[in-house]
Amino acid sequence: MKRVQFEHSAIPYLFVAPQIIIIVVFFLWPAAQAIYQSFLLEDAFGLSSQFVWFRNYEDTILSESWLQAAGFTVLFSALVTFLSLALALLLAVKANEVIRGASTYKTTLMWAYAIAPPVAGLMGNLMFNPLIGDLYKFLNAIGWDFNHKLDSFDAGFVVVLISVWKQVSVNFIFFLSGLQGIPKSVLEASLMDCKSSLRRFWTITFPLLAPTTFFLMVINITYAFFETFGIIDTTTRGAPGGATTTLVFKVFQDGFRGADIGGSSAQSVVLMIMVLALTVVQFRFIERKVHY
Amino acid sequence: MKQLNWRVITTHTICIIGVIFMSLPVWIAFATSTHSAETILRNGLQFWPGSDFLPTYHEALFVEGGVMKSVLGITMLKNSLILGLGFAIGKVIISMLAAYAIVYFRFRLALPLFWIIFMTLLLPLEVRIIPSYEVVSGLGLLDTHAGLIIPLIASATGTFFFRQFFLSVPDELLEAARLDGATAWGFFIDILVPLSKTMIAAILIIMFVVGWNQYLWPLIMTTKEENYTLVIGIKQIYQILADGGELPQYQKAFALTILATLPPVLVVLVFQNWFVKGLVESEK
Repeated sequence: MKRVQFEHSAIPYLFVAPQIIIIVVFFLWPAAQAIYQSFLLEDAFGLSSQFVWFRNYEDTILSESWLQAAGFTVLFSALVTFLSLALALLLAVKANEVIRGASTYKTTLMWAYAIAPPVAGLMGNLMFNPLIGDLYKFLNAIGWDFNHKLDSFDAGFVVVLISVWKQVSVNFIFFLSGLQGIPKSVLEASLMDCKSSLRRFWTITFPLLAPTTFFLMVINITYAFFETFGIIDTTTRGAPGGATTTLVFKVFQDGFRGADIGGSSAQSVVLMIMVLALTVVQFRFIERKVHY
Repeated sequence: MKQLNWRVITTHTICIIGVIFMSLPVWIAFATSTHSAETILRNGLQFWPGSDFLPTYHEALFVEGGVMKSVLGITMLKNSLILGLGFAIGKVIISMLAAYAIVYFRFRLALPLFWIIFMTLLLPLEVRIIPSYEVVSGLGLLDTHAGLIIPLIASATGTFFFRQFFLSVPDELLEAARLDGATAWGFFIDILVPLSKTMIAAILIIMFVVGWNQYLWPLIMTTKEENYTLVIGIKQIYQILADGGELPQYQKAFALTILATLPPVLVVLVFQNWFVKGLVESEK
C-alpha cells in the first residue's frame, strides 16, 4: 500500500471495472457453474436434471479409470518435475561456468520456451512415428521392443520425454538467473575454504538456490497437471487403455467427448481443490522467502 | 593447469549436448519439411535440407486444400497473430488499470477486489472449461476474436506484475504530481505509463508467446476452419496423418510445425533480454 494515495472517489472503480467484469463473467460464474453442475445428474438427452448431492463424485472419483488417471498424473508429474529440474540445473550450472560463448549457450538453451506444447507433441509424435520416426527405429534397433501404441510403459516414456524437453528451457532461465543472483563474494569465500567443486555446489550453491528450486517445483507441477494437455492430445491421447490419461485430459474427454457434464464437473472441482492446495503451499513459501 | 582444461572441456561438452538435445528435434523438423513426401516415406526423417522448401511452404501458406481442407496457412498465421497480439495488448491494458487502482487509491472495496483478482490463480481454464464454453456460446461469441481473447486475459499474473512495479515507484512522484495539480488519469498516462515502458515491453513479449501458444481454449472455441490458429491447425494435421491416406503428407505436417514455431521463437530471440526480465519478474 502506498503512503500517498488519491482520495476516495469513484475513479478507482472505473479502473478495476474491466478486469473485475471479465473475471466475474468468465472466471467466477463458470467456476460456480462447475460446482453446481457437479451436484446434478442429467438424463441422456440433457432435457432434465436432478440434484444428486455427491453421487457424481462417488461415481467418477471412485471409478477405476479416474483412479488410474490420478495415479498416472502423480507419477507423471513427479517424473517430469524431477527430470526437467535436474537437467535444467545441470545445464544452468555449466552454462554459468562457461566464460567464452556463454551467451550463445544461453540463447540456444532457452529458445525452446517459445514452442507450444502441442507443437512439441506433434514433433515428438513424428519422431516416434513407426514409418519414418528415427527414434522409433533407433529404440527398436538397440533391442527395446518399442511400441508406444500398444505398450503403456513405452507410451508413458514418450509423453514424459516430450514434456521434459518442453519444460527444460523455462527451468533453465530461472536457475540461471538464480545463479547469477548469488553474490560473487560468497562464491569466492567458499573457494578459499573448499577445494572440491562438487562439494562447494552441494553445500553453498544448491542451498542458496533453494528458493528458486522450490518455486520452480510448484510451477512444474502445475505445468505437468495442466499444460501437458496439448502434448498428450497430440501424441498418445491417453492410450493405450487410458494408461497415459492425465486428470485434465480426462475432464476434457468425459465432458466433451463423453458428454458427461456432471461427472466432468465433479472432476473439475477436485482439480480446483488441488490447485488451491498448490497455491497455499506456494504462498506459505513466499511468506518464508520474505523473512530470508 | 591440466585439470583446469579438463574442467573446461567437460563443461563445454555438457552444454553442447544440452544444445543438441534442445535443438535437434526442431532442426530435423525443418530439414524434413523441405523434402518430398516420397523421399520421407522411403528414407525416413532427413537431417539435411532438401530442395522442396519453396513448393511445400508455398502450398502450406497460399494454396487452398494445401494443408487443411479449406483454410489457407496464411489465414491461420493471421489468426495466430491476432490472438497473440490481442491477448498481450488486452492483458497489459486491463492489468495496468487494475493495478493502478489497487496501488494508488484508497477505496473501500480495494481489498475484496484484490482477492477476487487473486482467485483467478485458482481457476485455470482447464478446471472450468465446460461452463466457460457455455458462457461464451450463450453470449454468441463462439468463433469470434472477442470470444477467443477476452476470457483468456483477466488472470491475475499481469496485475500482480504491475502492482509489484507500481509499489516500487517512489511516493514522492505522486506528491510532486499532485502539487502540480495532476489528475488521477493525468498521473497515470503522463507519468506512470512512460515510467513502465520496459515493464510493458517485457510483459508484452511473454504474453504474445503465451497467447500465440494457446491450445485448449481455441480448440473448443473455434468450429469453423477459417478461424483456426496455426497451433490448432497442428491438431488437424495430426488427425489427417492418423486417419491415413494414400501418401501421408509428412512434409506438410513438419512445415506447419515450423510455421507455428517460428514467430514466437523469433520474438523471444530478438527481445531476449526483455523476455527473460519479464518471465523472471512476472512469475515471482
